[in-house]
Amino acid sequence: MLILGIETATQQVSVAIGGHEGVLGLFEVSRGRRHAETLTPAIEFVCAQADVRIDEFGAIAVDVGPGLFTGMRVGLAAAKAMAQALRIPMVGISSLDLLAFPLRHADRTIAAVIDARKGEVFYAFYKPVPGGVQRVTEPVVGRVDDLVADLMARGQHVVCVGDGALRYRDDIASAGVHCDFAEQFLQYPSAAPLVQLAHAKALREEGVNPWEVQPLYLRAPDAQINWSTRASGAPGQGGGR
Amino acid sequence: MKPPLVVDERTLVLGIETSCDETAAALVMGGYDVVSSAVSTQVDLHAQFGGVVPEIASRAHLDLLNPMIAQAVVEAGVGEERIDAVACTVGPGLVGALLVGVSAAKALALTWGVPFVGVNHMEAHLYAAFLEDPTLEFPLVVMLVSGGHTMLVEMQGHGQYRMLGQTIDDAAGEAFDKVARFLGLDYPGGPAIDREAVHGDPEAIAFPRAMLHDGLDFSFSGLKTAVMNYVRKHPDVSTADVAASFQAAVVDVLVAKARRAAEAVGARGLVLGGGVAANSLLRERFLGECATAGIRGFLPSRAMCTDNAAMIAAAGWHRLRSDGPTALDAGAYPNLRLPLLA
Ligand SMILES: [Zn+2]
Repeated sequence: MLILGIETATQQVSVAIGGHEGVLGLFEVSRGRRHAETLTPAIEFVCAQADVRIDEFGAIAVDVGPGLFTGMRVGLAAAKAMAQALRIPMVGISSLDLLAFPLRHADRTIAAVIDARKGEVFYAFYKPVPGGVQRVTEPVVGRVDDLVADLMARGQHVVCVGDGALRYRDDIASAGVHCDFAEQFLQYPSAAPLVQLAHAKALREEGVNPWEVQPLYLRAPDAQINWSTRASGAPGQGGGR
Repeated sequence: MKPPLVVDERTLVLGIETSCDETAAALVMGGYDVVSSAVSTQVDLHAQFGGVVPEIASRAHLDLLNPMIAQAVVEAGVGEERIDAVACTVGPGLVGALLVGVSAAKALALTWGVPFVGVNHMEAHLYAAFLEDPTLEFPLVVMLVSGGHTMLVEMQGHGQYRMLGQTIDDAAGEAFDKVARFLGLDYPGGPAIDREAVHGDPEAIAFPRAMLHDGLDFSFSGLKTAVMNYVRKHPDVSTADVAASFQAAVVDVLVAKARRAAEAVGARGLVLGGGVAANSLLRERFLGECATAGIRGFLPSRAMCTDNAAMIAAAGWHRLRSDGPTALDAGAYPNLRLPLLA
């Protein structure tokens, strides 16, 4: 079965085609034009170069986040539209899973960390298992201090991966955490592990309908946060209507 | 890939609209014939915040767009393989909201192997009236009044526009929202003031008619301030009288300038559009003024005045005919302006 993978949860745009032989085509760009401008031509390009017609896909895989909201939605909207038009299942996989997977041969805990801006990070811990990685904590959003505290609490050697880990490398290292940092070229989730992981799931018929794929935001819209703060009577909100 | 597209009266365009707080999809044949139109409004999601919250709107568009497209296709009773092109609003609007539609629309066009066409939301509002009356003739004056815009546009022909006047500060719909909030009425403010005004006296308070005899531009921020000052000075005033008097002031100016614009260019028709065109006093006064002046007035249905995807498909059909498809590397353009004649 051929799978199209779409990944736009960080500043990178990544598109891959996968099948039982592995990754058959891959396009990746992490600077230049914006996600929406790059994505559709990238899909067209990868398909043309790999000599795959769009109606040959058996499933569409997509990174559901966490990540940058606007970027995530560009990939999700395109993937959902294609799956609906082709009447094929979708497989949604977390950006943190995609960061951890390439480190499956590391013999220690993996911390996948994505930059959430505003001084916060999205992160989860993984352990290597035969054939892949297994997530051992729920993905969360937290301040860098929270991540450092969680790393300290593990008390074991950890390898950190992701643009969030690199951005706050100094904060993590200066806190005295025992950890290593994965190579810079692994800092963004990629559609290559996405199609590999999705291929296995699609073969096990774990694909879902487009409307069942839910983004993993982990953070409520700012307005709702402000609203609930105000509703609970917290100070700091200007009066007047 | 389908053969190169001939754009004619059989061409079936899927329209997609996600620029603000309505998620919509529609199929329009030949630029004028609405085959199906599905709209899901998010008003309830934003009501508690008293305005559209961009992140909430974007999230809702992502959830609602697939069902709206499915509904438009099912209601049309045609196979997806009959769709000849995909048109989508690329601006102006909320960037995150626009991107959901643009991204889905381009993906559909690529998947089906049909052209994509990016549509200017304001241009689409100009075309809304043609979907209900294809016999409208140029030159036509369209008054667009919504939460984001207040403008008088002369349509000299398809794609040939001249800006006759626009607001120099608040849009009319914005003034309705702000005054409604100040009076403690519901969001959105337009319908809330409309309902409240029914019980009030429109002549109770003489609010200013800004720039009434002065050109074709509009200004509503002074009126909003006048309302606030009046209520602060007269705390016991009836809210219904304030709502009715405020609404009368807005409508007086809109109707007078629309008439003057139509007369100035010798228009063969005057059309009302945009969300505020759903206001009942404006609708009544607009038709009355047209009758008095001997101008052919056209008032689209409320559904066609507010945001919908049929108008996007219609404008897309005209753009496809004049300019051809839009490249798949198009993005969203939150500040896109109406293309005007030089
Ligand atoms: Zn509009």
